[in-house]
Amino acid sequence: MLINGIQIDDTFAEAFNMRGTRVIITAQNLKWAYHAANAMTGFATSVIGCGVEAGIERELSTEETPDGRPGVSILMFAMGSKVLMQQLETRMGQCILTCPTAAAFSGIDGEDKINLGKNLRYFGDGFQTSKLIDGRRYWRIPVMDGEFLTEETTGMVRAIGGGNFLILATSQPAALAAAETAIEAMKQVPNVIMPFPGGVVRSGSKVGSKYKTMFASTNDAFCPTLKGATNTELSPEIESVMEIVIDGLTFDDVALSMKVGIEAICNLGANSGVKRISAGNYGGKLGPHLFKLHDILNGNKS
Amino acid sequence: MNALTLTLKQTPAYAINCSGLTPNLLASKSVAEIADIQLSYGNSLVSVGELFEITGSDAQHIVFKNASDKLDYIGANMTSGKITVAGNAGAYLGFNLKNGEIHCQGNTEAFAACNMVSGLLRIDGNTSDFLGAGSEGLRKGMRGGTVIVKGNAGDRVGDQMRRGLILIEGNVGDYCGSRMIAGTIGVLGNLGAYTAFNMHRGTLLLTQLPKLHATIQDCGSHTLPFLSLLFKSLTQYNTRFSALNTQRVQRFVGDAAYKGNGEVLILATKG
Repeated sequence: MLINGIQIDDTFAEAFNMRGTRVIITAQNLKWAYHAANAMTGFATSVIGCGVEAGIERELSTEETPDGRPGVSILMFAMGSKVLMQQLETRMGQCILTCPTAAAFSGIDGEDKINLGKNLRYFGDGFQTSKLIDGRRYWRIPVMDGEFLTEETTGMVRAIGGGNFLILATSQPAALAAAETAIEAMKQVPNVIMPFPGGVVRSGSKVGSKYKTMFASTNDAFCPTLKGATNTELSPEIESVMEIVIDGLTFDDVALSMKVGIEAICNLGANSGVKRISAGNYGGKLGPHLFKLHDILNGNKS
Repeated sequence: MNALTLTLKQTPAYAINCSGLTPNLLASKSVAEIADIQLSYGNSLVSVGELFEITGSDAQHIVFKNASDKLDYIGANMTSGKITVAGNAGAYLGFNLKNGEIHCQGNTEAFAACNMVSGLLRIDGNTSDFLGAGSEGLRKGMRGGTVIVKGNAGDRVGDQMRRGLILIEGNVGDYCGSRMIAGTIGVLGNLGAYTAFNMHRGTLLLTQLPKLHATIQDCGSHTLPFLSLLFKSLTQYNTRFSALNTQRVQRFVGDAAYKGNGEVLILATKG
């Protein structure tokens, strides 16, 4: 498949099941909502080392937040419910409880409920107060800036992580510029996050390693400096590859996000330096969900 | 189908226990069966047909017409549907109300919303003492639901209240929130003496500063973000409380005589 001079490989991204949740963070203004949200989603690029993958989904207007203040919504994903619960509580305690004026609310309903502020209330040392408003329980915890307000629980849903595509370009600046363009477009898609720095990852991995202790290692087939030394996937003119990884609440959310991102890059044309779009295909070793690039771009559901 | 309407034939001399006349209990009964139901009347039993003229058939909405303050326990243990009281109601209106809606267009006697669990109780007129309290001997009062009073309430509003919301647009008597365990009581009018007496926890939301005893301590003026959530939830009701929007309050905490952590919030501006 060729779009605007850019080749789309006949391959698929391979994704896996995750557990996900959404939290709404509000504050006195957007600046402090972002401080809280950035702290909460910091060091959350990959489950491999961080426990969770998290990111800011979008900004919320004062009409969209429960308490009528400006806010942002955060999506957080983990490989299992236990890790998600533990990470959410830890991050709530260290990043939202501590952040001036910040408050946290449930952003998603689900059959499973996980603790948001349920255990944080003990920080109140007996001065905490609960309020049941419209069937939802909130905790008011006295803190030095006034009162920290948090909902007791949020929902936990089944989600999909690891949707991805690769941008193959003739130079590192060209690959990164294209990735930035894709990320800006993909930020408009709801229910997804791109958890890596700036949404882009340069150290794509393959499953397994020559070292016994490593279960993932550098994706040498896409490393441009190894073109002559390994079984490469790259043609001679490719000098840099960037990957965008997507976690989303459903298969369709991830597929739409990939479509929007790839189309944004294709709109730049081959003169941008981008020559090919490919995807992280691990031959079925990684997960059950296959995002076939051609099907996604043709609007077909895989 | 028209609402099942029970019109009192004449003003009764004694109290009538109406707890058998709720939508859930009458759902599958014919008019003849309803007329045969025996109600306690003073120290005797009298059939519904003797006391009331029965019209309509939709038992999901029961209307008491010519209602009098002798009609006790209206809506007791109700689990669904709606009851309208066109007139006054007796004591224990909405006793142990579990769900559904009761609308009293007149005044009520004491112990309205006693032991209430959930649902909505609206009183357009005044209500007497022990609104939302527990029945004698119980250690907990109202356990949930919403009560809206357009008029005044008597003494001991929310005595031992455990959960739920009571909104009073008029004045209340003495001992408002006494022994309160949790929940929220809002009052737009004046309050009598001994407000928050022996209060354990919970919130009294007031627009005027009542005379508080020494064991209710001033914690200063604050902006409390939870009030925006509370006020937002009140917009669904037809009440003057839904016009409130300030989060600025003077906060008192007590009752220290009980090591209580209850709060009396005085809103900075009138709603």
